[in-house]
Amino acid sequence: MAVPSHMEFFIDPNRCIGCQSCVQACGECDTHKGHPMIHLEYIDRAHSAQTTPVVCMHCDQPTCAEVCPADAIKRTGDGVVQTARKPRCIACNNCVLACPFGVPKMKTEFQLMMKCDMCYDRTSAGKKPMCATVCPSGALFFGTREQVEQLRPRSQPVNRFQFGRQTITTKVNMMTPKVGQAEYIDVTAAMDEEAIGKSIFLNILSVVEEDLDDSEQV
Amino acid sequence: MAKLPDQLNNITERFGPHLAFNTGVRLATNVEPDKIVKTHCCFCGQQCGIQLKVKDNVVIGFEPWEEFPFNQGMLCPKGVKRYLQGAHPDRLLTAIERDESTEGGFRPIPYDQAISRVASEIQRIQSAYGNDAFAVLSGASLTIEKAYLMGKFARVAMKTAYIDYNGRLCMVSAAAGNKKAFGIDRAANPWSDILKTEVVWISGANVAECAPITTNYVWQARENGAKIIVVDPRITPVARTCDLFLPIKPGRDIALFNGILHLMIENDWLDHDFINDYTVGFDAVAEHVRIWTPRRTAEVTGITERAIRQAAEMWGEAKSSFLLHARGIEHHSHGVQNVLGAINIVLASGRIGREGCGYATITGQGNGQGGREHGQKCDQLPGARDISNPEHRAYIAGVWGIDEKEMPGAGVDAYEIFRKIDRGEIKGLLSICFNPKVSLPDNDFVARALDKLEFYVAIDFFLNESAHHADIVLPGSLHEEDEGIVTQTEGRVIKINKAVDPPGDAKQDWRIIQDIARAMGRERGFTFNEPREILDELRVASKGYIADYSGVTYEKIERQGGVFWPCPSAEWGDDQHQDHPGTPRLFEKGSWNPIAKGAGPFYFPDGKARFNVAQYTPPAEDVDEEYPIILTTGRVVSQFLSGTQTRRIGPLVDQYPEPRIEMHPRLAEKLGVEDGDWTTVESRRGRITLKAQVVTTIRPDTIFIPYHWAGAKSANQLTIAAQDPVSKIPEYKVCAVRVKKAETAPDWTDGGRRA
Repeated sequence: MAVPSHMEFFIDPNRCIGCQSCVQACGECDTHKGHPMIHLEYIDRAHSAQTTPVVCMHCDQPTCAEVCPADAIKRTGDGVVQTARKPRCIACNNCVLACPFGVPKMKTEFQLMMKCDMCYDRTSAGKKPMCATVCPSGALFFGTREQVEQLRPRSQPVNRFQFGRQTITTKVNMMTPKVGQAEYIDVTAAMDEEAIGKSIFLNILSVVEEDLDDSEQV
Repeated sequence: MAKLPDQLNNITERFGPHLAFNTGVRLATNVEPDKIVKTHCCFCGQQCGIQLKVKDNVVIGFEPWEEFPFNQGMLCPKGVKRYLQGAHPDRLLTAIERDESTEGGFRPIPYDQAISRVASEIQRIQSAYGNDAFAVLSGASLTIEKAYLMGKFARVAMKTAYIDYNGRLCMVSAAAGNKKAFGIDRAANPWSDILKTEVVWISGANVAECAPITTNYVWQARENGAKIIVVDPRITPVARTCDLFLPIKPGRDIALFNGILHLMIENDWLDHDFINDYTVGFDAVAEHVRIWTPRRTAEVTGITERAIRQAAEMWGEAKSSFLLHARGIEHHSHGVQNVLGAINIVLASGRIGREGCGYATITGQGNGQGGREHGQKCDQLPGARDISNPEHRAYIAGVWGIDEKEMPGAGVDAYEIFRKIDRGEIKGLLSICFNPKVSLPDNDFVARALDKLEFYVAIDFFLNESAHHADIVLPGSLHEEDEGIVTQTEGRVIKINKAVDPPGDAKQDWRIIQDIARAMGRERGFTFNEPREILDELRVASKGYIADYSGVTYEKIERQGGVFWPCPSAEWGDDQHQDHPGTPRLFEKGSWNPIAKGAGPFYFPDGKARFNVAQYTPPAEDVDEEYPIILTTGRVVSQFLSGTQTRRIGPLVDQYPEPRIEMHPRLAEKLGVEDGDWTTVESRRGRITLKAQVVTTIRPDTIFIPYHWAGAKSANQLTIAAQDPVSKIPEYKVCAVRVKKAETAPDWTDGGRRA
């Protein structure tokens, strides 16, 4: 079975609360039990509680696969980029270094690159991925585009990313605010005067297509 | 002789905390479970639905339960990893008895022998010093059946007045405030109303870490157009994206609420019809808040005048609103006043008892709501009845088949029980589901009190730090080893289902209590064969009063995805209550309750809600030159309460291994402390050395330390045992400390597990 094409993955870092439920649940997945494939990072803990979960974006033209000298990384017909195939993977780390999103993990104990496969065992059987099922804040969401449009009227899914001269389109969508906003709250600033306005609306992600200068303006 | 054993390292070596990770069958892939059991999480007050996978009488994993309406499959990391508490190396598989000559200080003994000794010690102490010389401490993580049985056991089998519970550290300020204002203590609305509101006001609630699933409700409200106001000394994850953040100085919440009401009156943001028709006492409150001008409010709260005005305008002009609060405003020596202040701005707005218009405290413990309704509280009888009310006493005495005169009167709160132990008035203690040595403030005093007991018996599944002092520990049951009902934060009664049998000599807690009663020769009334029979008695005991569960059955819970109390049975009103579905939303116009009897929607004889003057007083211990910094305490998402369970679950410990001292860079600079430096915090009661975490997400006059750890890492070495005069909740959220860079790293040679 394949992942139904109308079911899509949406990441909304704006909603992430850093609870690591996705990471903990990922490690419960039957295909890689004990080995979570999700990275969850603070962006700048000194200044913000903002965190962001990183799951595989499942690129249409996966860089990881393109740089693999052993042709170990396969993208299934339904667009899911799989963990390296064990018989082929030579643990060279090319994919780990090349992935612009920093997704693949080298499991030296297995001499194998492992990565998020969008819970292929679940999603290809009509279930949601483990992380997007448990996420208590809706930062990871799996559903239809209609559902996400109805549930998230303030933001829009984006699946195009620019890295230098490389443009990447992905199966996974990133939710970005319809109105560009920026940066972090500084509690002292909030105390001094600016309790609302500049520093209170924030989002660490700016829409990729936008000029960076614009997105930083408030 | 409840002394701490000499060899503490031996105790932790033998009894933990050790860390469990998934190994063996729990790590194997493609293992077919024998069964999958629909139940709920064992931790917080949200009681998320979860499915446990069982193989050979061991819970080997979980599967989300997407059909359960509250959380729809969502879980926090505690829920995901909770299954690792089962089949744990630290599990108590037998009764144990203090024996200094044994490694670890305790030796296993046969269960029956332990029960006999407990019964004879209770009888010895009670006959030597009187019935009240033996106290009971219970807990709000127990099911309602167990909580009910604990109250009955204390009053009927032990005949002691002294029973109280760890909800005393949790929900009592909200409970007392709600009873004063509404006449009933329950969240006024189901969480589905959060989704339909224009303004969500969150005071003192770190929603993302302490009630993670509620985050999705708050943020879905925001997607639907709601404005979010967060009042907190820290920019918590849910504050990070709010529309208005009010960085309040700890302990000043009443001032803010009074200041908001002042501006509501000044701008006539009032629902006059509601105030006139459905409330009493507005004029006195209006008079009282005249002094709370924006300027004065700003001076006291540490929030700018402009932000206060913005908050008042957002709140005042809203057509619908939902106010949420939690321990942040409740853990104070004036916690009840804080709650009353919050309720005043709700009542003045008239936005309650309707769709999208609500108010609730976010309950902390799993059965924080249900555990505070049915008689394990020192002044309470089942159904939220009052132990000092002659009619209530007579009714419950009838249900229990005892003479009303034999029933003890009101006791004292959990902390006062320790003061009585310290004074030698209480000589014996039975505790269950409570780890006071970690969770009570000024816990060095608690430890000294435990050492003064002549006899201490604890019931638990792991040896918690308080039980280190015990003479006997009886092996109790985990959440997944029993069935029963629990009332979660919304007031929704849910059903816990049994997944596995208790291992070894471990027994379901209600059986242990009944075994003690039998050994004391007080078997009558303690011969239940299953939790369902206990519930049936509780349904009768709660019938006809406020917390009416008489129409709650296991089957109805399963059928409806939970039952919101009050859920009366047929006899309450008329035949139409035959199959009462429960009451998701309280205070709807035209609703009936057994106190107002149709006079109005609130639980007073006239059916009207009460405004109460909320009087501002500073915290019991304000900062001064000697102790110039405010300490506030709270939780992290990966740990729960005193950590008896979560400090034993490896992946959760790895997520946040040690407590840290959160401080603002401005303060850190003044102290010469950098991020990651060992830093010492001293209060008048104790000192602690932990690593600093320097972040701009906290007020510069305040530091924060999470409280889940024991021994040298316990934040409650510092906290003050000041209590609210009404609710008796301790003031965990503010005390005065001094902070300096540590001269040396702390002595962790004991693994930080010094008791």
